Amino acid sequence: MPICKDIVVLGVEKKSVAKLQEERTVRKICALDEHVCMAFAGLTADARIVINRARVECQSHRLTVEDPVTVEYITRYIATLKQRYTQSNGRRPFGISALIVGFDYDGTPRLYQTDPSGTYHAWKANAIGRSAKTVREFLEKNYTDEAIAGDNEAIKLAIKALLEVVQSGGKNIELAVIRRNQPLKSKEIETLVAEIEKEKEEEAEKKKQKKST
Amino acid sequence: MEYLIGIQGPDFVLVAADNVAASSIIQMKHDYDKMFKLSEKILLLCVGEAGDTVQFAEYIQKNVQLYKMRNGYELSPAAAANFTRKNLADYLRSRTPYHVNLLLAGYDEADGPGLYYMDYLSALAKAPFAAHGYGAFLTLSILDRYYRPEMHRGGERFILNLPSFNVRLIDREGIHDLEKLTLASFL
Repeated sequence: MPICKDIVVLGVEKKSVAKLQEERTVRKICALDEHVCMAFAGLTADARIVINRARVECQSHRLTVEDPVTVEYITRYIATLKQRYTQSNGRRPFGISALIVGFDYDGTPRLYQTDPSGTYHAWKANAIGRSAKTVREFLEKNYTDEAIAGDNEAIKLAIKALLEVVQSGGKNIELAVIRRNQPLKSKEIETLVAEIEKEKEEEAEKKKQKKST
Repeated sequence: MEYLIGIQGPDFVLVAADNVAASSIIQMKHDYDKMFKLSEKILLLCVGEAGDTVQFAEYIQKNVQLYKMRNGYELSPAAAANFTRKNLADYLRSRTPYHVNLLLAGYDEADGPGLYYMDYLSALAKAPFAAHGYGAFLTLSILDRYYRPEMHRGGERFILNLPSFNVRLIDREGIHDLEKLTLASFL
């Protein structure tokens, strides 16, 4: 969810799967093109349709205009699509909110949020879905210039924000990072979560010492 | 006249295309690239009617990319070749057929290198060597006589009188640009 100068980080809470279920088939972060990706909250089946249309539009744009889409363009396309379904005969709106992230051609990172009504807004950091309010409040408090100064810091911020509301810690968090000019990568978070836990303990220790002195 | 050639080796495919874009007697460009990168390890070489070539090749290119976005992995060269053939065949009996001759060259992790010849009537053939254009008449006879499947990478030569060629090689690591061949490099 947060943007920093050189990367955009997307974090989602993985629903715990049944023991016999293959984990890989439930993915909430998808690449729309090599430089844009999307995370959604809501009805997974509806998301599949929207993602498919967006992927086709990304290639179609490249074909006709010979340029990759800007994040704003593809967000506008998705939002227009969603709005059309709120005003058509016999159709129901798409039941998803989406966070669309990526880098534009000139290198600026972008984050947009859309919802079922078809509106979209640009954000510096945001959250959608269950307990989105809590996560967003955490981000509002902690999204400072130092917090996003470097790549690792931004990733830690995303993880910390999710840890606020995710039940069982690192196992249920899935993270993806887009770097400028590099396609989407899933991030290994085990070590980072351990680091964050350690930092938290150190903070708590310091506070205790302050109180006792 | 436009010229394409492809030669398959034991673990690579070598392709070359001439660099001329001409309109009847006027040579408009002498540095025109006729190869379209469909994916990391697949090249499509396309000659024929002006406009049709780029339109058709770019359409195939974007559809191959779309497959990659949708499915998370790239089309194999065989699949890409058959997809191209089906598209060309569908358009053939429409009001707007594409007049293009193609060579599709690719490297598959499982099947190794592959070269596919396709003409404007949508005939597809997998071949160890292939060429399009007037130059094909000359080079195919030479390749027929001297081609060996175990050819190593240094063994390719050209005899045509076109000013320059783009040469590329596809192997396990992907697509590599080789030196651009001009008449001067043979003197």
